[in-house]
Order: sequence, then C-alpha cells, then structure tokens
Amino acid sequence: MYATRTRRARPEPFALRPGIAERLGLPYMDATLGLSAIGLVAFSVFTLGQATQGDVPGSPGYFVDRQLIYAIIGLAGMYLLARIDYSRFRELRVGIYTFLCASVTAVFFFGFAARGSRRAFDLPLFSFQPSELGKLLLVLALAGFVIDGARRGSARQRTVRYLCLGFAPAALVFLQPDLGTSLVYGAITLAVMYVGGVPWTHFAVIGAALVALVALVLVVAPAIGTPILKEYQQQRLTSFADPSGDPSDAGYQQNQAKIAIGSGEKTGRGDRATQTRLDFVPERHTDFIFAVIGERYGFMGAALVLSLYALLIWRALRIVTLSKNSYGTLVAGGIAAMLLFQVFVNVGMNLGIMPITGIPLPLLSYGGSSVLATLLAVGVLQSIHMQARLSQKGRFAW
Amino acid sequence: MYRRSDELGPEMSNKLALRIAIFGGVALALFVVLFFRLWFLQVLNGDRYLAEAKNNRTREFRVSAPRGEILDRNGRILVSNRTSLALQINPNKLPEDEKERRAELARLADLTHSTPRRVRGMLHEQLSIAPGAPVTLRRDVGDYLVYYLQENQDRFPGVAVERVFVRRYVDGTLAAHILGNVGEVSEDQLEEPRYRGLEPGDEIGQDGIEDTYDRFLRGIAGIERIQVDAFGQPTRNGQLVSQPPVPGDNLRLTIDADVQAAGEAALAARGLPGGFVTMDVNTGEILGLGSFPTFDPSVFTRPMTQAQVDALYRDPVLAPLTNRAIAGLYPTGSTFKLITAIAALESGVITPGTPIYDGGSLTVGGQSFQNAGGASYGSLTLAPALQVSSDVFFYTLGLDMWDTGDLQRWAHMLGIGRSPGLDLPGDAEGLLPSQSWRNQLYREGETDRPWSAGDNIQLATGQGDLQASPLQMAIAYATMANGGTVVTPHVALRVDDAAGRVLREFDPRAQRQVEIDPEYRETIMEGLHEAAQAPGGTSYAVFGGFPVPVAGKTGTAQRVGHADQSWYAVVAPYPNPRIVTVVTFEEGGFGAESAAPAALQILEAYFGKHSSGESGPNGGSPG
Repeated sequence: MYATRTRRARPEPFALRPGIAERLGLPYMDATLGLSAIGLVAFSVFTLGQATQGDVPGSPGYFVDRQLIYAIIGLAGMYLLARIDYSRFRELRVGIYTFLCASVTAVFFFGFAARGSRRAFDLPLFSFQPSELGKLLLVLALAGFVIDGARRGSARQRTVRYLCLGFAPAALVFLQPDLGTSLVYGAITLAVMYVGGVPWTHFAVIGAALVALVALVLVVAPAIGTPILKEYQQQRLTSFADPSGDPSDAGYQQNQAKIAIGSGEKTGRGDRATQTRLDFVPERHTDFIFAVIGERYGFMGAALVLSLYALLIWRALRIVTLSKNSYGTLVAGGIAAMLLFQVFVNVGMNLGIMPITGIPLPLLSYGGSSVLATLLAVGVLQSIHMQARLSQKGRFAW
Repeated sequence: MYRRSDELGPEMSNKLALRIAIFGGVALALFVVLFFRLWFLQVLNGDRYLAEAKNNRTREFRVSAPRGEILDRNGRILVSNRTSLALQINPNKLPEDEKERRAELARLADLTHSTPRRVRGMLHEQLSIAPGAPVTLRRDVGDYLVYYLQENQDRFPGVAVERVFVRRYVDGTLAAHILGNVGEVSEDQLEEPRYRGLEPGDEIGQDGIEDTYDRFLRGIAGIERIQVDAFGQPTRNGQLVSQPPVPGDNLRLTIDADVQAAGEAALAARGLPGGFVTMDVNTGEILGLGSFPTFDPSVFTRPMTQAQVDALYRDPVLAPLTNRAIAGLYPTGSTFKLITAIAALESGVITPGTPIYDGGSLTVGGQSFQNAGGASYGSLTLAPALQVSSDVFFYTLGLDMWDTGDLQRWAHMLGIGRSPGLDLPGDAEGLLPSQSWRNQLYREGETDRPWSAGDNIQLATGQGDLQASPLQMAIAYATMANGGTVVTPHVALRVDDAAGRVLREFDPRAQRQVEIDPEYRETIMEGLHEAAQAPGGTSYAVFGGFPVPVAGKTGTAQRVGHADQSWYAVVAPYPNPRIVTVVTFEEGGFGAESAAPAALQILEAYFGKHSSGESGPNGGSPG
C-alpha cells in the first residue's frame, strides 16, 4: 500500500514542476506514523475538552486550549525536523549532550518548585521542562557517541563509556527529583546500546547489577536508615502490590484508577463517569489520563488508543530497519524504546500492573514539554524515513 | 573516513536484524499484556468495578428524625420540636497539624464569641464522651454565621452547620420533672439492647418521660445517599435516593396541663422545696405531678455554662433536678393515720365505735408521747379522732399493735416502703420501719436499741424512721378512696401517630387488691371529711368554704435538723372520690399552714373544670 502511494506521488518525467505534495516532501514521509501521532494528539485534546471542563474555575477550556497550542507548535516542529537530515545531529552530538546536561542542571538554579521538585522553567507564556526534551536529545547524542566510538577501545571500555554518558543526565534528573524521567533516560541508554551491538554478556552483567541496585534501593538502604528514594517515591514503587484504603496513599490512587478503567466496561460511561470526574483519580489530566479514557470511552476507546500506540511503535521499529545509515538505526531504536517504555509504564500503572513512577503518557498527557518533545521525536523518525526514501531514489531533497 | 565509521559492517547487519526482531517481539509482548489487562478489567470484570465506582461516589448521611410531640391528656402540646442551626466540628476532618488545628479553633472561638480555651475544652470534653462523633459547638447559630462559613469553607475544614431538631418546651418549665430531657446517647448506653441501631451523636431521652417512652418518641433516623467527590464533599445536584426519617410517635400524657400548672403555681407560691401529686383514684392516671424548685428543661438543648451546671447538679439543698413528688422521702406525719386506722380496724384492735380516752399524753416505758400543741380531746372514737387528729388515740393504736406487725402489714399492702411502679425513672421505695428491720440493724450493731413499742407509736402517727414519698401516700389514699384497689400510677395515656391514630393505650393493671370492709372505709372517710370540712377539723379553716365535699388529712412531721415537714392528703369528691391530691413542703410547718392551701389551689383548678356533678376524667365515677 505504501509502495503504491509512493509511485503515485512520484513526479512524471515530463513534469516541469513538482506537485505541491512533492515540494512539501509528503510522499517521502511515513503517513501511518504521522497520522497515528496526530490521532493521539487529537484524542488528547478531545479527552481533555470533555474531562477537564470544571477543573479551572472560570475557564473551562484551560487545559484544552493550552494542549492545542502545544500540539500545533509540536506538529510544526515535527514537520521542520522531518525536512532536516537528521545525520547532522550526529556531528552536533557534543553540543547536544552539553546542552542536555546544562539544561537539566539549570532547573536547580532557575527552575520553579512544584510539589517538592524542581523540574521546569517558568517562561512568560508557559513552563518548560528541559528533561522532557532531554529524552530526545539524549537519543540523538548517545547514538552519535556510539557510532563515533564504534572502533575505539575494547568492547568493555565502550560499554562503560556509554553507561556513564547515559548515567550523568539520568542522575541529574533523578536529583530534581524526577524518578520517572530518569528511568526513561536509563531505558533510552540501554536501548541505544542494545541496537548499537553491545555484547549480550554485558547486558547480563548490567541486568544483574540493576537487580542488585533495586534490591539495595528498595530494601537494604531503608533498612539501614539511609534511604535513597524519597518516601513518597518508595511508597509509590512498592504500594501497587498492596493497595490500601488511605486516600492520600499511592496504592489507593492506583486502585481508584483501576476501578475507573474497569467501570468503563465496553462502551464507557461518557459524562456519567464518576471516578475521574469527582477526583477519585488524581492527576487525571496528566499521569492518569488513560484512566479517564478508560472510564469515559470504555474498552473501545482505550483499545483504540493502545492500537494507535502499537502503530506508532511498529512504524518506529520499521524505520529502524529502513534507515540509510547506522546513526539513523540507533536514533530510531532509541526513540522506539523511549515511546515503548513510557507507554507501557504509564498504561501499566493505570491498569494496576506497574508501579506509580510519574511518567506521562506520550502525546496524551497534558503538558507542553512532553507533547512537544514527543512530536519532535516523531519528526526525527520522519526525517530518517524521508532520508531513506530519498537515498533509495538516488537524490536528495532540494 | 565518514562512510567507514558510519557503516557498522556487513557482519553486523545479521546480528542487528536479530536484535531488532527481538526488540519487536518484546514490544509485541508488552502490548499483548496491556491489551489483555485492559480486556480483563473492562470486559471481564467491568460490572464489578462499575459497582465499586458507584459505591465510591456515594456517602450515607444519617438524617435525624424529629422526636414525637408530648401532649397533655386534652391534646395540649407540652413539648414539640423546632429546627435549629448547630455549629458542628467533625474532629476527624480537623487539620492534623497541631498548630493549624489550634489556629482554626482560635478562629472558631472568635466567630462564636468564645475563647480558644473554652472551645478546646468543649471539644475535649465531648470527645471523651463520644470519641469520633461530631461535636456540637453551638446551637442556634445565626444565618450570618452560616453564610460566613460557607464563604470561608477552606479556612474551616471539618466545620459544618447542621440543621438539627431541638426540643421546644411550649410552656417553659411546666412539667419539667415529668418530661425530662433529651441528650446525645452515651458510649455506655450504646451497648444497651434498648439502644441497638443507634449511632454516636443520636439523641435519646435521658430522663423523665423522654427516657421511659424513648422507643415511641425517638423515631427512626433516615438515610440520605449523596453523591460525593473523593474528598467526601457533596457534589452539585448530587442528591440520590434517600430513605426519609420516620418521625417519632406522639405521646399523650395523663397530665392535665391546668391541674399541673395549678400545682406548680401552688408550690412556687410558697417558695419552699416540696412536691405534689394529683391522681385519678380509680385508674392511677397522674393528672399532675410536680416538684419545687424546678428547672427550665430547655437548658439541656444547648451546651450549659458552668453556672448552670452548678445550679442544676451541685446544689444539695435545692437540688432542682430532684423530683420530690416521687423521690422526696420524708416522715409523713398525721397523714399516716389513715393507714393506722385501717390496720387497727381490720386487725380487730378497735371497731368504729371503740372509744379511746385522750388525756393529752401517753406514757409508755417511762417515755411520754404528747399531742401536738398540748391539746387533750377526752374520749374519742375513730372518726372524731381523725377529725381533730388526736395523736394519743393513734399512739394507743400503735402501742396495741407494736409487736403484731399488723400496722406494717397494712402499710406495706397500701404501698408504703415499696416501689410505687410509676412509669418515670427515679421513684423511691422509702422506708417502712418494722420490728424485723430494726432488730436486724440492732444485731448488726447499726443502731443502739432493738424494736420497741415507742417505734410503733411513732410510726402510728407518721413520725420516727418512716420515709415515704407524696406518690406513695397518694396511692394509699387512693386505695382507701376506691375501696381497695392499689392502682399503678402512670403518666403515659397513649401513643398516637402523626395523623392522630391511637397506636397504643396505656392502662396498666392494678398492682393488687386489698380487702377493706366498706363500713371501715366509710368511717375513715367520714373522719377525713370532717377533718377537712366540719368545724373543729384540722383543715376546716382551709377547706371549710370549698364547695366540693372532700376528705383530707393534714400532716406535720418532725425531721431531725429541719423545721416541720408539712403534708396534706385529700380525696375528692366525698364520699365517692375521683381524685387524690397529696402535697408536701419541706419546712412548711403545720399541714394546714402551707400544704393544705396548696392542695386547695389544685382542687380548685380541677373542679373549676370538672364540677362535682360531672363525670370524672376517665369517664365515670365509682358507685
């Protein structure tokens, strides 16, 4: 099907001027990828419009309007990135990496504190959370470092180097504190290394070390009296296994989310939804927006959203294999892992099978930085796709 | 250079393909997990979660039921309800932080014109009684306060204004001792079977008729199901199905408000602690029953000040909460002579015509018992002896029966020294001194001497160790008046529902029958009638001009450490009485001095409504 479209859009030999679609580069983009991303953003705006009308007194469209603006900016950014050859980012890897570390450090000094953590800058019109954009920047920089170092040092030295490069920003974000995003950084680092060919034995060692680390953080450290996680983080991570009745408790919140989704049944409760309308489920416009969808639109709505994510990730993985160069492969692999990790952890948290980690649902959760960063990541995927198509054609764009 | 480092080499691509395939497999597996979980929650268990969600958003509130009204026998309302706005604190919703809580309580104190210390004290005190229950800080708060709290709700977490029902006492203090009061059920009471199903904060009758007939008056609290958000706050238009409260049933008393008012006025006019009882001699229906000093029952509807508590509970002399008509125990003086007379007649000590010489005193075992006022009446039979209240005559009877037990047997049959069986809490048994009682005490070393003739001589005239209440004397007089039926006194006439239908009537069976020879009864009644309304009778000065023929006896009892106790017991109309009235005053002097005029006031009120020819309050007069 894709091939047909490409053929149809290919300019005829006698055409003096390429068509408008050709000039926009649309035939070289992955339509399924773009449409599923746009579909998810549209679903986000639609859901926020219905579910958050009474949240901000006096301005029923508070969240919708902002989300819509972020989405439009993000889609524009996505298009621009799609038209740029992503390979240039490889050369800029040091600059990108430096900017990433500097920006997530800067929030400690210039960021504003919200709910006990400093994550974002307060800009004149909106607040900006560097760690969200940082996910994409980390993919771009790390992939560059992996390609660059592919022939330098022993395999073990390279593995340690990649781990350190990934660990630095992850640690900075963890200290903000933002456990969820730092976990995403970890997932990205491991995925880029995985696609980059780090030996299986190294992953076995890293895996063993991770298990030991989790045991240390969750069990040993609190036991000897020097907890590494904040108490609420610890509670969120462990309470999903043992929900309680205390409304201020993380386990209770998760239980309420589960009830919300379950109560949606097959076709949803629409405006009669109570769990997510009457504050039983917290953070309904951000971390628990999937519960809102589950309750309001039922299995049909929730399954549609999951299908769109499946499409998105399928296309990302496909782009991994299409890429014209290894840098593109690694970047696409990193972005695919970033999306997959966030979707699974967030939806799993809503469904009560993953702990609460405060990871937003890409494109659906309310939040400018997250929507923007994810759409830009999709833009990079489009760029990889476009470059692959153009190189197949044997010519470059303009 | 660029291409070399860019390409990972052909040996890489097979490996890469494998890795991408595994990546894709993992992604697929994760999505399968999510889809199955979603299916499991929404399709397989959706109904269960829907039920949970519905349960989640509703809260049940108890809606207190208005208590039933209390009416007098003619349907006049004595106690009804009014709604009141009460400022309540829900202790569970106060800020947990000690400083914040104190600050909020201080703001509340300011709002209610109180001091933070008092507010905290009340909170603490009420919480120790019913932990966790909402604490009523103030009743009858004004509208302005309600609006203020609504506008500043976030500054007063856990504070709410509730609409509550409060007892309204239509006639102020009227019948306060009968009505009793209502109050929040205590923790101990919650465990009693009769309060099953109640919850802390519910109101129950705590004394008087409110207590005895609580199960009729209480009603059933309703349940209101309201949609709430996660913070328990009712949502707009969130009213769901509710089970309305069932109001309590109305209780009609045997009390006649006019008689009751007259009796209380008669007591208040003398200003002495005392009590009165007016009762239907045939049915035991109490027409009026009061005690002085009295109290305003409405003080129990709002938190009391320390001064009020002291006045009500801590005054041992006036003790306004004590119902002297049923719990006031005193020697009865000459009003006891009715019992002595029937005991002597029935046990054959004398006949109606047996003369006894009254020389002014009787000396027994070196101790001289004298007539009051040093009078001597010469030779007397029973009726004249009652008329002039000759002590020596009855001393002689007491002496004759001192070790036979006849006097005690008859007194006991007529209700002295035993529970009168009234349907109000707090009626006292009193004390009927007897040979076995005193000898028992003597054996135990509680007293310095065994039973002697002197004890019985004292008892024969209602002096000495005798302790009886006005109600007990009323029962004894009623038994004589009706020819031998010991009635069960009661104040509840019937229970009506809100529409006025009779649900239940109270007509307790008589306690027992006593065989009284009609001739003896006639003699005694004649003596009492002459005592009241024949020249020379002890209360002729009071009752001589009363148009209704009555039979009444004065009593003047000596109380150690007090001035004389004044008594009057009267049945009317003579010779076939319908009602009995007994009045007593602490330190009231001679019976004819204070108690008899008070009794007259009561009879005037009664016969002002029921002229002597008419039928009695219960529809018929005996014989």
